Amino acid sequence: MRPSGVFDERYEQDVAIVRTAAHWGILFVGLAVLFILPLVTGVRTLNLMNHIGISVIVCQGLSILTGYTGQISVGQAAFMAVGAYTSGILTAQAGWPFWLAIPASGLSAGFVGILFGLPSLRIKGFYLALATLAAQFIIPWCINHVRVDLTGGVFSLVVPPPKIGDFVLNTQFRMFYLIMPLAVLITFFAKNLMRSGIGRAFIAIRDNDLAAEVMGINLFQYKLYSFFISSFFAGIGGALWAHWMRAINADHFTLMESVWYLGMIIVGGMGSTAGAVFGTIFIRVLDEVAREIAPLVGSLLPGAGVGVELALSPILFGLVIIVFMVFEPRGLAHRWEIFKAYYRLWPFAY
Amino acid sequence: MFNPAVFQFLPQFFVNGLMVGGIYALIALGLVMIFKSTQIFNFAVGDLVMVGGFIAWMFMDLGIPPVLAILLAIGIGAIVGLIIERLALRPLIGQPVLAAIMVTLALSYTLKGIVLLVWGGHPQVLPKFLPGKIIRLGGVVLSHELLWTFGITLLVYALFLLFYRFSKAGLDMRATAEDHQLAQSRGISVRRIFALTWAIAGMTAVVGGVFLGMKLSLNLPLADAGLKSFAAVLLGGLESIPGALLGGLAIGVLEDVLGGIIDPTIKEITAYIVILIVLIFRPEGLFGLRRIERI
Repeated sequence: MRPSGVFDERYEQDVAIVRTAAHWGILFVGLAVLFILPLVTGVRTLNLMNHIGISVIVCQGLSILTGYTGQISVGQAAFMAVGAYTSGILTAQAGWPFWLAIPASGLSAGFVGILFGLPSLRIKGFYLALATLAAQFIIPWCINHVRVDLTGGVFSLVVPPPKIGDFVLNTQFRMFYLIMPLAVLITFFAKNLMRSGIGRAFIAIRDNDLAAEVMGINLFQYKLYSFFISSFFAGIGGALWAHWMRAINADHFTLMESVWYLGMIIVGGMGSTAGAVFGTIFIRVLDEVAREIAPLVGSLLPGAGVGVELALSPILFGLVIIVFMVFEPRGLAHRWEIFKAYYRLWPFAY
Repeated sequence: MFNPAVFQFLPQFFVNGLMVGGIYALIALGLVMIFKSTQIFNFAVGDLVMVGGFIAWMFMDLGIPPVLAILLAIGIGAIVGLIIERLALRPLIGQPVLAAIMVTLALSYTLKGIVLLVWGGHPQVLPKFLPGKIIRLGGVVLSHELLWTFGITLLVYALFLLFYRFSKAGLDMRATAEDHQLAQSRGISVRRIFALTWAIAGMTAVVGGVFLGMKLSLNLPLADAGLKSFAAVLLGGLESIPGALLGGLAIGVLEDVLGGIIDPTIKEITAYIVILIVLIFRPEGLFGLRRIERI
C-alpha cells in the first residue's frame, strides 16, 4: 500500500526501500533515538538491548534460510557456536584483532553451514530439519571432544574483550556501539539482498521449487548460497556473543537456543526482514518479563518446587508459539502491514 | 584411545545395546504411530515420555502399588494425548510442514516447563519393583530390568501389529494414513482417528517413561533419549512398525558397541551420525515407503 499521492515513475522508485521524505525522517530519528538510548538507560536494559542486537543478526540469517528459502533449520545455534569458537580461538590463542576475527568466524560458520546444507540436495521439509538437528548435536560434541587444547572443552574458553588501539570495549555500554551498528547494517544487507536476483531466486525456491528450476534457477547452488548466508550471519552473531560474554561454552548453543530463534522468526512473521526484528524483540522481552515475574509466581504457588523460576519462560515461549501458529501464522509483520495500510487510508475504510 | 582388548567385551556391549535399543524402539513406536496416521513428526515425543514417567512416579510416590500406578498413569497419558491433539494440532490440519514441526517443538518446551513447575528440577528414581535378579550367561551379564524392558517392548510391538492388522480401529487408522479424503468418504471419522492416535501415543509414552525412568533417573535430559529415537525411526523407515523395532535395536547396539570400542563419549552423537548417513544415502529408510516427489 502506497501512501496517498506517491507515484512510482521509474523502476528504482518502485523497488526503493526508503520512499518518501517522511520515511527518511522516521529513519534518521529512529536511528538517532536508538543510538542515544544507551546514554539514558540502566545497565540491565543495555544488557537486554545487546542481547537483542546479537539475536537480530542471527535471526536475519535464519529468516533468509527458513523464511525466504523455505529450508527448515533447527541448527542455527550450532552454527553460531562455530562462529563464537572461531573468533574466540583466533583472538585468544592466535592473537588476531577482533575486526579481522569477526568476518573470519562468519566465513568458517558459513562453510560449516554449507557442509550441513549438502543433504538439502535430496531432502526437504522435516527430513532437512532432522539433518540440521544432527548438526545441532554433532557440532557441540566436536567442540567438547576434538582439539580440547584449543576450545577448552567442557571448561569455558575465555575470550578477551575487543580492543581498538588502547580503547577496550569491556562494558555493556561500549559493546552496544559495536553490536548495534552491525545489527543495523546486517538488517539493511538482508533487506537489500531480498530485492536482488539472489533474493528473488530464494523466494522462488520457497514458493515452488519445481517451477524455480524450470525457470533456470540452479536449486542446489542457491540452496547452498542460502545456507552459507544464513550461517555467515549466525557466525557473526556468535563471534559478537563470544566477545560480549567473554567466556564461551558449548552449553550456550543448545537445541533450545535454535528453537528460540525459529520461534522468533515465526512470531515476527516468516519471510519478512522487519518481522525478524519484531519477533526477536518480542521474544527476548517476553523472556525478560518471565524472569522478572517468576519469583512472584513462585510465591503464589507455594507447593511448586524450585523449578518455578526456570519453568515460566519455556512454558510462556511454547504457548506463545502455539498461539501464533494457530491464530496468526503470518506473525507480527502481517499485523504491522495492516496497521500501515490503516493509517495511510485513515479516515477512509479503503 | 583404542585398545584391542576391548573386543572381548563385544558380546556384552551387544547385549547391553540390544536392551537399550528396546527402549528406543518403544519410544519410536509412538513416533511411527503418529506419523502413520497424521503425517506429523512429533518432536515432543521425548518430553511426552518424560511426562509419562513423572506421572507414574507421582502415583507410586503416593503409595499406590506399582502395577496399579502404571495403569493409572497410562490412563492419564491417554488424556494428555487427547488434550494435546485438540488444542495444538487439530487447528493445524492442512498447514505447511513447518507449522507442525514448530508446534511440536513448542509443545516440547511447554511440557518441559510444566515438569519443572509441577515436579521441580530434581531427578527422581522410580522404585524398582520388577521381580527377578541379574542373570549371568557365559561371560555376559543380563540385568533383569533391561530384560523386562525388552520383553515388554516386544509384547507392545506384537499388540500393535495385531491391532493394525485385525481391529476395526486399526484398519481405520491405516486407511486414514493412506488418504484422508478417501477414508472420510468411507465413513471413517478422521478427527476421531487423530484423537485416538494421540491417545495411544500418550499411553505408549507412559510405558516408555516408566522403563526409561527405571534405567536412568527421571529428569529433564530424559527428553534427549526421545531425540535419539528419531534415528531409529528414520533408519527403519517412517511408516514401518517392524522398521521402528529394528531401527531402535540397531541404534542401541551401534551406540553401545561404538561407545565401547572407540570412546564412551561417542555414544552421545552416534544416533545423529546415523541420521545424517541415512538422510544422505537412503532418506526413505530401510523399510519405509519410497515417495517420488520433487525436492
